[in-house]
Amino acid sequence: MNFELLLQLIINGLIVGLLYGVVGMCFVLVYKSTQIVNFAQGEFLLVGAWVCWAFLIYMELPFVVGFLLTLCFMAVFGVLLQMIVLRPMIGEPIISVIMVTIGLSIFFQSLTKWIFGVSPQSYPQVFDTQSVSVFGLNIELAYLMSTIIALCIMVGFFFFFKYSKHGLAMRATAFDQQVAQSLGISVKQVFAMSWGIAATVSATAGVVIGMVNGVSDSLSSIGIKVFPAVILGGLDSIVGAIVGGVIIGVLENVAEFFDSQYLHIGNMYDIAPFYVLLVILWFKPYGLFGTRDIERI
Amino acid sequence: MSSLAMRPCGDFRTSYKKDNTIFETKTIRLVAILAIAAACLAPLILDGYFLTLFIQISYLGIAALGLNILVGFTGQISLGHGAFFGFGAFASAWLNTSFNIPVALCIPLAGFLTMAVGMMFGMPAARIKGLYLAIATLAAQFIIEDFFARAEWFSGGSSGSMAAPVNLLGFEFDTDQSFYYIALFALVFMYIWGCNLMRSRDGRAFVAVRDHYLSAEIMGVKLNKYRLLSFGISSFYAGIGGALYAHYLGYVSAEGFTIFMSIQFLAMIIIGGLGSIKGTLMGVIFMVLLPEMLETGVGLMKYTDWGNIPMVTDGLAYIKEMAIGLVIILFLIFEPEGLAHRWAQIKNYWKFYPFSY
Repeated sequence: MNFELLLQLIINGLIVGLLYGVVGMCFVLVYKSTQIVNFAQGEFLLVGAWVCWAFLIYMELPFVVGFLLTLCFMAVFGVLLQMIVLRPMIGEPIISVIMVTIGLSIFFQSLTKWIFGVSPQSYPQVFDTQSVSVFGLNIELAYLMSTIIALCIMVGFFFFFKYSKHGLAMRATAFDQQVAQSLGISVKQVFAMSWGIAATVSATAGVVIGMVNGVSDSLSSIGIKVFPAVILGGLDSIVGAIVGGVIIGVLENVAEFFDSQYLHIGNMYDIAPFYVLLVILWFKPYGLFGTRDIERI
Repeated sequence: MSSLAMRPCGDFRTSYKKDNTIFETKTIRLVAILAIAAACLAPLILDGYFLTLFIQISYLGIAALGLNILVGFTGQISLGHGAFFGFGAFASAWLNTSFNIPVALCIPLAGFLTMAVGMMFGMPAARIKGLYLAIATLAAQFIIEDFFARAEWFSGGSSGSMAAPVNLLGFEFDTDQSFYYIALFALVFMYIWGCNLMRSRDGRAFVAVRDHYLSAEIMGVKLNKYRLLSFGISSFYAGIGGALYAHYLGYVSAEGFTIFMSIQFLAMIIIGGLGSIKGTLMGVIFMVLLPEMLETGVGLMKYTDWGNIPMVTDGLAYIKEMAIGLVIILFLIFEPEGLAHRWAQIKNYWKFYPFSY
């Protein structure tokens, strides 16, 4: 058994898993505050990464400026999306809401393919050195940076929800929309804000992943990978999304390891999370941290 | 059934038999029969292109009707219908080549095989619903797709598998003209079956489960049984549609049955109208014609002042996909009840013409 490879894969899994966790958190944020399952989550990453790429390559801005501009763009993008497309869907049956987000996902996926092409593009070099050695393991600097960014986002989320006024308003809306409204919270604003935050934070994750792997339409598949993660953690738990993301990230790498070493089935990296997803839905549909839905007549 | 709300006032039904008819009036029945008769004569007049479109409409229409039974009538969500469609295609080709079963028999058998697979993946439906079910079927989509790429004994792996043309009493249905009749027969048969299913006890149980599952359970409708049955029937329809597709093209490749296909099926029933059999067909026709229209439109653009814009002509494939996404969004926002509803409104408008109220 090749322990060094396994360890390397597990660390890779942790790093990727943290990013899944970040995207999952955005997903849960939107679900909790607006009760919308966002199938277009992956497209936020995609659009964000491409927009940032366009800023850096076409307009030749320095990375920090381009990145900040991307964040502003994505915030506006998320809010506009909510106002134009999702606001009319309030109160519609769940299938319609799901289908609208799926429609958005198809639209933006093909739009980016049309504008930017299908071949992966890479960002200009941001760091001087490629990789650093941590405890004897080679870790790419971009990976290290992505971990730090992911952790910062998580801490930021924690403080935002715990201490800021808007965070409190969002928690109240997630708890009960009518009560929140009667207390003077603008639920409309909260909805728009949660989409804006989700778009911005997802775009950050998209840029980070794009810096490591290059930007291509495979970024949107992260939006699908997030489902196993959030279901495992419980659909309405932010902590669950992080835990689920890390578990799925490690799991797919470990599955890949055992597959390449012993089983030789192939393609386990992509498909293992979905087997896990089915098993969870079968036995524990509310996940590890999700609230059980008790229905009364 | 969904037309109940659109019935003009003063139109009463005095017996259950009248309430349950497929055709509400004699005229509608006559028109339907005439339409089928006209469709039978179509190959004599129309050329291959239109026949291809019709055959496409019929196999997609059968599969979409299955999805509408599941989504529109039972209120379950499936994001894996494309995979079931593909499973039917491979199953029929596999039965034919491995066991030498005649193709005409393979098609229904493939339907039953797909039904079994669908029920297996629908099993979580007994416990979960709504959005969780959507995600479970999403997982099914990826797992089945992966199975196609891997199971060489079943699907031929990455090289795909060949499917023989339909052979009935020594006559080979291998041209567009001859296969057209198979497709037409299958379409009419499956649609009449679908209509009848919805008039039966089981169909009413489906609707009850959709409308309020707790009330349905209190009235003695077994929820788990009907949720599973609905999955089974929907997969059966997908399997039949897929099998027709396989034997029409003569070759099945593992690449085509992606999540995008599942979404297209969902788009068809949403555009047509959830819970409407007539609407399903309208939605399918719309979705089949949409890319063709776009292609014609872009082709005609050459002759206008804009000339040939390379960005548009080169990106036509992406524009088609974008159009599908856009159409889904626009329909859900502006016409959530689909074309069937619009059709009923147009009909009513003319029925009461100058005095609509």
